[in-house]
Amino acid sequence: MTTQNNSAPAGTTSSAPQRIRVLVAKLGLDGHDRGAKVVARILRDAGMEVIYSGLYKTPAQVVDAAIQEDVDVIGVSLLSGSHGPLFGALCQQLRDKGAGHVLVVAGGVIPEQDYAGLLESGVNAIVPQEARSELIVTTIRDMVAARGPI
Amino acid sequence: MLTGKRQSAPVQYRPSAELVPQVLGGSTSAVARMITRAEAEYDEAAPALSDLYRHGGRAHIVGITGVPGGGKSTLISALIRDYVAAGHKVAVVAVDPSSPYSGGAILGDRIRMGQAADPSRAFIRSMATRGHLGGLSRATFQAVDVLDAAGYSPILIETVGVGQDEVEIVTAAHTVVVLSPPGLGDDIQAIKAGVMEIADIHAISKADRPEAAATAAAIKAMIALGSDAPRSGWQTQVLTLSATTDKGIAALVEAIDAHRVHLQASGELAPREEAIARTRVLSNINHLIRRRFDDGTQAMSAQLQAVAGRASDPLTAAMRLLGPENTEHRT
Repeated sequence: MTTQNNSAPAGTTSSAPQRIRVLVAKLGLDGHDRGAKVVARILRDAGMEVIYSGLYKTPAQVVDAAIQEDVDVIGVSLLSGSHGPLFGALCQQLRDKGAGHVLVVAGGVIPEQDYAGLLESGVNAIVPQEARSELIVTTIRDMVAARGPI
Repeated sequence: MLTGKRQSAPVQYRPSAELVPQVLGGSTSAVARMITRAEAEYDEAAPALSDLYRHGGRAHIVGITGVPGGGKSTLISALIRDYVAAGHKVAVVAVDPSSPYSGGAILGDRIRMGQAADPSRAFIRSMATRGHLGGLSRATFQAVDVLDAAGYSPILIETVGVGQDEVEIVTAAHTVVVLSPPGLGDDIQAIKAGVMEIADIHAISKADRPEAAATAAAIKAMIALGSDAPRSGWQTQVLTLSATTDKGIAALVEAIDAHRVHLQASGELAPREEAIARTRVLSNINHLIRRRFDDGTQAMSAQLQAVAGRASDPLTAAMRLLGPENTEHRT
């Protein structure tokens, strides 16, 4: 799987396989991670490298981990209903720490009427609860390809 | 079904040469990005990595290896806390296996590490093996170079959960800690060749369990049988520890430091550095040669067909592909 787009910067061609790196994270007081683990497995089987954060992380912890791991994408599964403030804080801290290039994908239980607000606060994509695994994979692949190498 | 999506701004690629001074200045994001580029094997990053290698050589590199589920990540979490408390800037490279089918990976070591550690004092990076055997990934060495140049020490390498023969860590680290959980097999396991004999320090994890003393005794007995390993003057240490009760962690930190001092005082450090250099050069030779043939050249496919059809054999085919200048034996 070589993901090189035509506008690749000079010197970034490589014969080595290129891997998309994803941090799958759980934010705040939300102890259910079956969904996050299923998504981690789907992404692994699609050839991505998945780092799992574990439960009960703060936005600051997730942002620090994303920077050290230099991931392309943070995928957050949120079932607690506090997606508004938590995604807001996550995206704000990514920008504050110079990591605005990290793509944020929201999943879990998120009502459609909240989509616009999340996108406004910096979330790049929202994958609905009923999404098939192909949709999750292609959403991430397309966004990373459009963004280009970091 | 609706998927909300927002177009992100295109990203400006920063050339690796620009990252070098930032890595040397200790920038976390520059360090992280250089490791990414080492893994990606961008041609553009090679001169920067070579530059950073020349700035390294100060860090003490500690390899931590052992069977899956033995407690390596939990132990490292405790070590991070102690090193940060003692004022060190500590780094961890944690390697987990890539899927042989999809090439993907689940990197799960981070969950147990650095819960409370200040990210400016503790850098943790998860890496997948990307097909490399031996317990490390190809880019593990380069990640260590980058962290070394950025001033991290010690640098802890956590290998994949190894079986019996993945001993590559011994040529990547100054000090090797083999972590064994109690109750795995009888005392003959302890005298087999392979992983068990590469330890500078044996640590028995989960010492809160009753079998821990017996496992420690079996390993001590193995060491008492006599060691042929070229470890002049260093008495291999055997420690029991429990990361959950914090027993033995301080003793392990002390033993690692005692081994570092021993390497310097005994003059053993220089030959170890040379052994590491040798492994790395040979591994790069291997990689460069494979790269010439992996892409399915015409000559390659002709030879493959000949071997598969029994018109040739694997050794003859390899010698033909490499050409006489690469296959002559040294005299």
